Amino acid sequence: MNDRTRLIHSGQDRDPHTGASSIPIYQVSTYHQQDPEHLGPYDYGRSDNPTREALEQTLAQLEGGARGLAFASGMAATSSALLLFQPGDHLVVGRDIYGGTYRILTTVFHRWKLDVTFVDTAAPDLVRRAIRPETRGLFVETPANPLLQITDLRAMAAIAREHSLVAIADNTFMTPYLQRPLELGFDIVVHSATKFLGGHSDLIAGAAVVREDALGRRLRSIQNSFGAILGPQDSWLVLRGIKTLAVRIDAQQRTADQIARWLLTRPEIRRVYYPGLDQHPGRDVHARQASGAGAVLSFELADGPAAVAFLKRAKLPLVAVSLGGVESILSYPAAMSHAAMPESERLARGITDGLVRLSVGLEDAEDLIIDLRSALEGKTAN
Amino acid sequence: MSIELTTLLAQAGNRRDPATGSISVPIYQTASFGHPALGQSTGFDYSRSSNPTRLALEETLAAADGGHRGFAFASGLAAIDCVMRLFKSGDRIVVTEDLYGGTFRLFEKTLRPFGVEAIYVDTSRLSAVRLAIADPRVAGIFVESPTNPLVRVADIRAIAVLARARDLLMIVDNTFLTPVLQRPLAQGADLVVYSATKYLAGHNDVVAGAVVTRTRELSERIAFFQNAVGAVLGPQDSWLTLRGLKTLPLRIARQQENAGRIAERLAVHPRVRRVYYPGLPDHPGRDLLTREGSGPGGMIAFEVDDPARVPGILAGVKVFLFAESLGGVESLITYPAVQTHADMDPATRERLGINDRLLRLSVGIEDFGDLIRDLGAVL
Repeated sequence: MNDRTRLIHSGQDRDPHTGASSIPIYQVSTYHQQDPEHLGPYDYGRSDNPTREALEQTLAQLEGGARGLAFASGMAATSSALLLFQPGDHLVVGRDIYGGTYRILTTVFHRWKLDVTFVDTAAPDLVRRAIRPETRGLFVETPANPLLQITDLRAMAAIAREHSLVAIADNTFMTPYLQRPLELGFDIVVHSATKFLGGHSDLIAGAAVVREDALGRRLRSIQNSFGAILGPQDSWLVLRGIKTLAVRIDAQQRTADQIARWLLTRPEIRRVYYPGLDQHPGRDVHARQASGAGAVLSFELADGPAAVAFLKRAKLPLVAVSLGGVESILSYPAAMSHAAMPESERLARGITDGLVRLSVGLEDAEDLIIDLRSALEGKTAN
Repeated sequence: MSIELTTLLAQAGNRRDPATGSISVPIYQTASFGHPALGQSTGFDYSRSSNPTRLALEETLAAADGGHRGFAFASGLAAIDCVMRLFKSGDRIVVTEDLYGGTFRLFEKTLRPFGVEAIYVDTSRLSAVRLAIADPRVAGIFVESPTNPLVRVADIRAIAVLARARDLLMIVDNTFLTPVLQRPLAQGADLVVYSATKYLAGHNDVVAGAVVTRTRELSERIAFFQNAVGAVLGPQDSWLTLRGLKTLPLRIARQQENAGRIAERLAVHPRVRRVYYPGLPDHPGRDLLTREGSGPGGMIAFEVDDPARVPGILAGVKVFLFAESLGGVESLITYPAVQTHADMDPATRERLGINDRLLRLSVGIEDFGDLIRDLGAVL
């Protein structure tokens, strides 16, 4: 079955009892047992819920894994995956991973003696050099946020295999529609399903998909015992979002490409970061491991005041954190996602005061360009 | 700034909550609203009259159709029922003859006993409409175009000219094409009605209806009936319908593309006798839709060679779901004679062509190859 069809018909797309074309929202905590000595497949809503299960099966099929698991947020998914490790273990983690992942590693898991080395995973040699005898895991994100740096997933999987590491990829920016790390040798994929999977900026959710069943059962046991599960209403909404994932990403990616190329022609813009551009570092690697460049791009204006003025004048995109929704969102990394990072470190990574990130939505491309042009030229579109 | 429909819909409901900046409009699951003081109102008093979530949907519907106001109802039939309250006992209404069976039932079983009489004509023939409205008791025209299930196309612009000359109220059921493909108010109609269950919500998971008005005077009358009769859409379903509208242009584009390719294949299939699809070269409504900048949409009807084959087809489809309704992301196959049009008398059904060989497809956004293989296997 083709991806476009699987998005709509994988998992449980019809209710066996009534034939309902939409999976029921099982808003329930517990299940009546026919036989008190032999419990049925469902006993408690934290352990199993048919609505969540429909989403989890869909996620597993889309990523090509043995087991999918839905969590209360992207961070709940990542935290649960990190609970697979134990005190004394060492992890090699991408330097440019999501700030929330950085925070939980350096605060919460640090206290539990999980040791971490952050490296630039765009350079496989640096990854190899960071590995120690007690290294047990490798965690990468590609393209990374907000500069869309590319990590070679096949090279990372090979290193992980060589050193028996659990390889985890955050696939939030690409989704399985564009990139499937499990098929390239990764063990676990995590998502903030809040973003493209849910797709409408109207829910908070996370997901993990595990390639092999043995590891999948371990993560499933953590999901049940740790309990950061996704509720039935949100599970249902994510499933509903996934049905239009292909049409949304196709349209968003087309517009993102058009905007990225247009930004290159603008004198106000110093640099454009988008994996679809020829000059983007790692573009060839990205093209080998993903079927598209996605819908998130970043660009740099002259300085902080220019960026802030631009953000205030732009009328069509919303100014907010988050990404991946049907509406375009402009973010300001210096004050939002990377505000907690020391300024010297932030600047060294290229996240300057002039940097702006754009998550491209479903609006008409011309409408967006007209608005961005006016904002760049110091006018407000009317 | 004048913006494209795509842009309007992508951001539908945004920027409505200054207190928090919430991108998604809140679901106001409330019956009542507190008043600041005696004689004052926040603009919301009681959710039957108005609800902020429903209002976000209603304003989006109005903008999408270029109308004065939008109204959301508990179902498509509730929306039509509300519009029919604009008429009075003794009025006659010229109605498209091969229309949705539920609308037919509403006219025959509910409105006729109250003295509102439907006169059924083939509204794809302008001369038939002209003849029917010569009757001085005719007070309105209700057009469904394209029709369900035979996708006949009416010349809405020409009928609106006739209606205007006779001062008739003209209503168009735009469920099949939606404002993305057809804008009846711009073509001269007074009111547009929808089963929002179909393409507008688009995921086969909501039952909802809508009305959009052209003038302030009609808005006031519909608002009165919506509140007085009370068949309003609840906040949860209003929110889901609004969420569906955000992807409407993408869904329709893919559905229409898939439908066009499926219709072409069916047209040359040895076991198919006839295909009804307004995108096919031999369809009489094709030029009209092209001229109006419209499109053929995602609905196809076709006749198989042998009615004995129908049960096997319906039981054998794997990607298509055998179910009533239409317009969702998933493809559905329907048997109109026993499902959607069971309430129409058999003689009328046969005369119209809704026979025991006729099947209807609502084409979804799945991969074309998967859909055509599924149909090929059962045919």
